[in-house]
Amino acid sequence: MKLTVKAEEILEALWIATVEAGDNAALLQTLGVGPDDDGLKELSARAFIDVRGERVYLRPEGRPEAQMMVRRHRLAERLMMDILDLKGDKGEARACEFEHLLHQGVDSKICTLLNHPTTCPHGKPIPPGQCCEEARSHGAVGVVALTELRAGEKAEIVYLSTADPKKMQKLMSMGVLPGTPLQLNRTFPSYIFRVGNSEFAVDQELAREIFVRRG
Amino acid sequence: MIVNLKPVPQPEPLLVAAEPKILLFGNPNVGKSVLFNALTGAYTTVSNYPGTSVEISRGRCEVDGVRYQVLDTPGMYSLLPITEEERVAREILLNETPHVVLHVIDARNLDRMLPMTLQLVEAGLPVILVVNILDEAERLGMTIDLKLLEEKLGLPVVGAAMAHRRGLAEIRAAIAGYDRRRAAFVYAPDLEGDISRVASRLLGDYRLDRRAIALLLLQRDPEVTELVLSTEGVHFPQVEEAVNAVVFERRTDLHLRISLERQRICRALLKGVVHQPEAQGKRFSERLSDLTVNPWTGFPILLLVLYLGLYQFVGVFGAGTIVDFLEGTLFEERLNPWLIGLADRFVLWSWLHELLVGEYGIFTLAIRYAVALVLPIVGTYFLAFSIIEDTGYFPRLALLVDRVFKRIGLNGRAVIPLVLGFGCDTMATMVTRTLETVRERIIATVLLALAIPCSAQLGVILGLLSGVPGALAVWSLCIVLIFLVIGFLAARVMPGERPMFYMEIPPLRMPQLRNVLIKTYTRMQMYFLEIFPLFLLASVLLWAGKMTGVLERLVSGLTPAMHALGLPAEAAAAFIFGFFRRDFGAAGLYDLQTSGLLTPVQLTVAAVTLTLFVPCVAQFLMMKKERGWNTAIGIGLFVTVLAFVVGWLLNRLLLFTGVLG
Repeated sequence: MKLTVKAEEILEALWIATVEAGDNAALLQTLGVGPDDDGLKELSARAFIDVRGERVYLRPEGRPEAQMMVRRHRLAERLMMDILDLKGDKGEARACEFEHLLHQGVDSKICTLLNHPTTCPHGKPIPPGQCCEEARSHGAVGVVALTELRAGEKAEIVYLSTADPKKMQKLMSMGVLPGTPLQLNRTFPSYIFRVGNSEFAVDQELAREIFVRRG
Repeated sequence: MIVNLKPVPQPEPLLVAAEPKILLFGNPNVGKSVLFNALTGAYTTVSNYPGTSVEISRGRCEVDGVRYQVLDTPGMYSLLPITEEERVAREILLNETPHVVLHVIDARNLDRMLPMTLQLVEAGLPVILVVNILDEAERLGMTIDLKLLEEKLGLPVVGAAMAHRRGLAEIRAAIAGYDRRRAAFVYAPDLEGDISRVASRLLGDYRLDRRAIALLLLQRDPEVTELVLSTEGVHFPQVEEAVNAVVFERRTDLHLRISLERQRICRALLKGVVHQPEAQGKRFSERLSDLTVNPWTGFPILLLVLYLGLYQFVGVFGAGTIVDFLEGTLFEERLNPWLIGLADRFVLWSWLHELLVGEYGIFTLAIRYAVALVLPIVGTYFLAFSIIEDTGYFPRLALLVDRVFKRIGLNGRAVIPLVLGFGCDTMATMVTRTLETVRERIIATVLLALAIPCSAQLGVILGLLSGVPGALAVWSLCIVLIFLVIGFLAARVMPGERPMFYMEIPPLRMPQLRNVLIKTYTRMQMYFLEIFPLFLLASVLLWAGKMTGVLERLVSGLTPAMHALGLPAEAAAAFIFGFFRRDFGAAGLYDLQTSGLLTPVQLTVAAVTLTLFVPCVAQFLMMKKERGWNTAIGIGLFVTVLAFVVGWLLNRLLLFTGVLG
């Protein structure tokens, strides 16, 4: 049976407070719940967690579910901020609601749509799912931002994601167009890449908005 | 009321027998200006395009007995403008009726530049394609079948290497023998459908082809929309409806779609035209280029450039050797005594005597400073700047400093006006308009007004402080610190978005003597036309001030401020001069120092305060012209207050710590 929203939230917070923070347990206070919370009881009943006094322990049985919960949350964040362009608190709030809908393969669809991202918009790791492992084993070439390339790597421009039409227009009129091959020559102090016989320099902010396919 | 249904006759052009026009178009860095100079010779005028603040060059040339007027336009990447320069270039297209349009492109980057040719062709313009920089392309091992390209494009194509004047005769022949051929190409059927859907609703008269207007409308160009609105009048809603319908139906960014479509056509056009072997190892210029942008080697190279270009060439040679000769030998020993002697004999009125050869006389002060002091320093600076500019070093410097400049609210691009500021702040203030956002322009203007000493001032200050050990270090430290701190604060205080940095990096190359000389010459010409009258004005004002006693009162009014800084009252005169020309002020200090009136601490404090102090009259007027009265006055007040506060603090600090004795 599916966990309740409340239980999912606790599990997610517990993963962050224990596995990611490197602690063996989390205080009830940190999780923001009282000792008689229904969510806690539900999780204890499934043997996902142990509650001893003020401290809550994540049991090995609960780990896979907790990990997937964090994954769903961070995928939801990526979806909100990158694709739906809902930034800041608004995006965060929507992501919190949306994560609970990402069950039964919806998460892997979203993950594939987002091209198996490895970090959330705040830079925290997204635990890989089955779809990521499969993509990796098939050697699927991903679409990544220019910032992900190493100096000397060649790639093909897939799309420009800049929200500012003027900048996009400028890049396009300079010949930085989808379908064009490029070679990244430097990543510091600016990103320098070669298109045809010309070189361009862009800063990190702009490099993040040029998406390329490796190879 | 009588309604006149006849069309209003169009007013005839002012000059009926006006010379046919040749327009030059192209991306930046394709050798447009070199072609312009080769076509027109030295007789060019640089002026603002009517109603805009962007300068364009005009010149004349004669081909087969016909005189043409040639217009050089600012570099543009596409008919859809983004920057002010591009807007003006497009404006020229919308307003002029040219005999031919020379589209200059870089042979190495045909695929990137041909889309613009397509745009010019579809606008219905008489285009001649000039494939320039062939020599560099050949060096890369590229072969370009220009005959085939001409055939495929359906317009005259001329190969050229303007740096060596190769292809000039062919270009002239193409201009003389131009007969209008109608090149044609088609986009994908769905896009063509969209274009004709909009174009068929355009009923008015346009200088550009309706297809081009329709495409610009679909890409939501505000000025073209405005133009169509005023031309179509009551029919405009139908046009708008068609545009909106297309934009909604496609539900994609039409600009991207059109760009991709043009790219597809250009690739097809270039099939079989361009052959390029796989790149072999890196060439020397590429390796050197790598070194200039790698921070570990780039900053030492920058220091080397500064040392050789600025210190040795401008400081030691310009401000030292040449100034000593002109000022010391020519003026002080020969011209001045001779002229003063003449005046003593023939000028009987003492006021006129003063005006001509007195302490602040037109000759003894204005012309002597302008010719003997400022000209050699500014001249060597502009020469060094033009050489460095011609090598293509500045874009590399821009990307090298971009990260630091982001901290002070600017981006790497701003390095060019700031470096130019070391030559002449007034000119640099004008150049800040090439920055993209108002925020960057204001920050750059403030920094120029405050912490960038112009070459004339720099020359005098270097000379002044080099005699006192440690003073130069204290001065440099203060100025750099103020530059960074004020930039950092300005970036926080000023509203607006963070600037983005993107730039094309042209290949490094050996500077071409001809280009360097022309660039230096135009800068010098502008400097002299703009500055020289101000020198005269300043000296007349100072003379009037002296005669009427106003100067004395001003000086005594400033005396408390001078005392607060720990300076002698005489220094006030230097500050008052400073407003007329920054370097007058510094030179005023020079006089004080040679008469032994300043201690090392006083000298340093005065030099720092004066460097930060209000920009000269010319720069102030330029600030007003570029940024408006409010901003200019605001910056002026801010800079003055800050200069005195910093001077006061520095004086306290130096006295307290005992640095500089």
